Amino acid sequence: MRLRSPRDVRAPRALRGLRPRLIAACVAVAVLAAATASWASAASASNSLLRSTQQRIADTAARGITDTAPALVYPPDTGDLRKIRDALDGPVVVTYESLRVQAGETAAITEQLRTAVHGGDHLALQRVDSATGMKLLVGMPVLITGVDGQQRPSGIEVYLVRDLGEVVRQVNALTRNAIWTSALALPVAVLLALLAARGVLRPVRELRGAARKLAAGDLDARLRPSGADELAELATTFNDTAASLQSSISELARMEADSRRFVADVSHELRTPLTTLTSVAEMLEEDLERMPSDARASIELAIAETRRLASLVEDLMEIARFDAGAAQPHLERVDVPGVVRECLRSRSWTGQVRLDSPEELAAVLDRRRLDVIVANLVGNALRHGDPPVVVRLSADEQELHLEVIDNGPGLPEGIAAQLFDRFYKADSSRGRSAGSGLGMAITAENVWLHGGTIEAGNTDSAGARFAVTLPRWSEET
Amino acid sequence: MATIIAVMAQILLIEDDQSIRTSLALALGRHGHEIREAGTGEDGLRMLASAEPEVVVLDLMLPGMDGFEVCRRIRAKSAVPIIMLTARGDDFDVVGGLEAGADDYVIKPVQPRVLDARIRAVLRRGTFAEQTQSDRYRDLTIDRAALTVTKGDQQLALTATELRVLLELSRSPGQVLSRMQLLELVWEYGYLGDSRLVDNCVQRLRAKIEDEPARPVFVQTVRGFGYRFGPV
Repeated sequence: MRLRSPRDVRAPRALRGLRPRLIAACVAVAVLAAATASWASAASASNSLLRSTQQRIADTAARGITDTAPALVYPPDTGDLRKIRDALDGPVVVTYESLRVQAGETAAITEQLRTAVHGGDHLALQRVDSATGMKLLVGMPVLITGVDGQQRPSGIEVYLVRDLGEVVRQVNALTRNAIWTSALALPVAVLLALLAARGVLRPVRELRGAARKLAAGDLDARLRPSGADELAELATTFNDTAASLQSSISELARMEADSRRFVADVSHELRTPLTTLTSVAEMLEEDLERMPSDARASIELAIAETRRLASLVEDLMEIARFDAGAAQPHLERVDVPGVVRECLRSRSWTGQVRLDSPEELAAVLDRRRLDVIVANLVGNALRHGDPPVVVRLSADEQELHLEVIDNGPGLPEGIAAQLFDRFYKADSSRGRSAGSGLGMAITAENVWLHGGTIEAGNTDSAGARFAVTLPRWSEET
Repeated sequence: MATIIAVMAQILLIEDDQSIRTSLALALGRHGHEIREAGTGEDGLRMLASAEPEVVVLDLMLPGMDGFEVCRRIRAKSAVPIIMLTARGDDFDVVGGLEAGADDYVIKPVQPRVLDARIRAVLRRGTFAEQTQSDRYRDLTIDRAALTVTKGDQQLALTATELRVLLELSRSPGQVLSRMQLLELVWEYGYLGDSRLVDNCVQRLRAKIEDEPARPVFVQTVRGFGYRFGPV
């Protein structure tokens, strides 16, 4: 599966990215908190302002009445009531039974208040909204102290109307302040949220970058954990993971390198005795005719196995060179059909293989490696497929196409991918066939060394088809 | 094979492995050669002076003085053909050996008949006199009968391979010979001959015959095709 590039994910991220969500949450919380706090404090300030104003008004009135009360005669007459009225400023009504004295605008006084005061011994307060603003109504019974020391209502009732306009203005100012505070909190909250988001997102972004590098194979990717928060812990965890990954991978790489070096060393060492064996085998081969038949049979076996061993060692060393990166193509201008013809001729395959090619086809390639590619593919086709085997050459401006097609049963389902693996053998019952099991791997390595591609598949008529594409005009070496 | 002895050569085999030495000596002996064996480079160099071999077969992996150094030291005093024994396609070995002055190489494990074919080919290069005339190009004189090359008044010490390349190229000045053609004409290789043999030989040849090897006049490169002699 192809990984999505960063560009692909950008659009949806704008909608559900971490940053907008973080900022929105921060702003909401900050504004809500600021609004709640300022509203609460405004409300409580307003409340205590009202209460203290009411208290002050009630105290003043009570004092006025208390100052006047001792001078009163019971039952009082209108003059007594006037004395009380005069002791109090502002709109006031003083009543005793049916007597009534008043001053100022007192229409605001409600029946409700009267009922509350009448016959009781407690001060009553009521706030009313009138056309001229908010008023505080105070109703209080005047108490007298009897001979028994008990206080009881004297029957005189005093009603005051006091303007609360000033208090209301102050409360309104407090409310306005609360609104402004909330409003001011918004940009501050956004700013703080941005800062906070950056503080959180920077490590997240760094983590993402490092994770991407790691995924891309840069095992040295690490983060610098700063601070002691969860993100720093995450960074440390990431570093630990990367480090353990790196050590596992380098351990694997070391083991693989060791085993490959071992194969290379062993092959190298095998070459010395093989040189002797090859040399001796050749001499024995020349003398075969003079030997008794049983000795001849064993010597023929020894010779054949020596050659097979030599070819296996040669293939192993070739693979080892590819692994070590020591394989270099020797690029030169090559007559491709000529090389293919020679490849077939030198292996006595000409009769079994049809070459389908233009008369001349030049390309810049490694001649020996082209020979290896053709020899392996044709050899494979002859071993596993049926004749006729066809080698087809074609080219365009940029590329050379080489196809090797046989008429056999074709490749079994699903083996195309493993075909170029080392020691892969399609038919396990033919496990000890002539090949070393490295031929296809070497073929593919040679193709890749040229910067080409190789594909395995079946033709429409079921035979196997190997298609090699090579760049045609590489720079000559 | 053993009955047809076309060339009987004195061969110096420098190889550290006793079994390889013995088996190759036996096999090459059957091909009609006479083998002297040396187990180290130092021994080989000593024997070179006394035995005067016609061909040296040199293993590159030697204990002590390595094959490249031995090759350089032989070249310093002798034009004797050198065939090196190397690992297959081991570029470092092949290039290093050719630069040190080897004429050809065979790959281990080598079949004696392949080695024999290489030995015969390298010997033929030095015994292949042709037309009688000698050609002169500027200060370079090529004597095709005597198989000598003179620059100014000095006779050049060319190896048989270098001489043969020069002779093939100068036979028709101005005509391009591909590396493949030269491999076939001089080294007697089929289509899988290694064109680095040609390139290295041409470089060594230029170092000897050109005034400025980096800007050759006699042996010129025709990029993508090969080499040609002149036009002078």
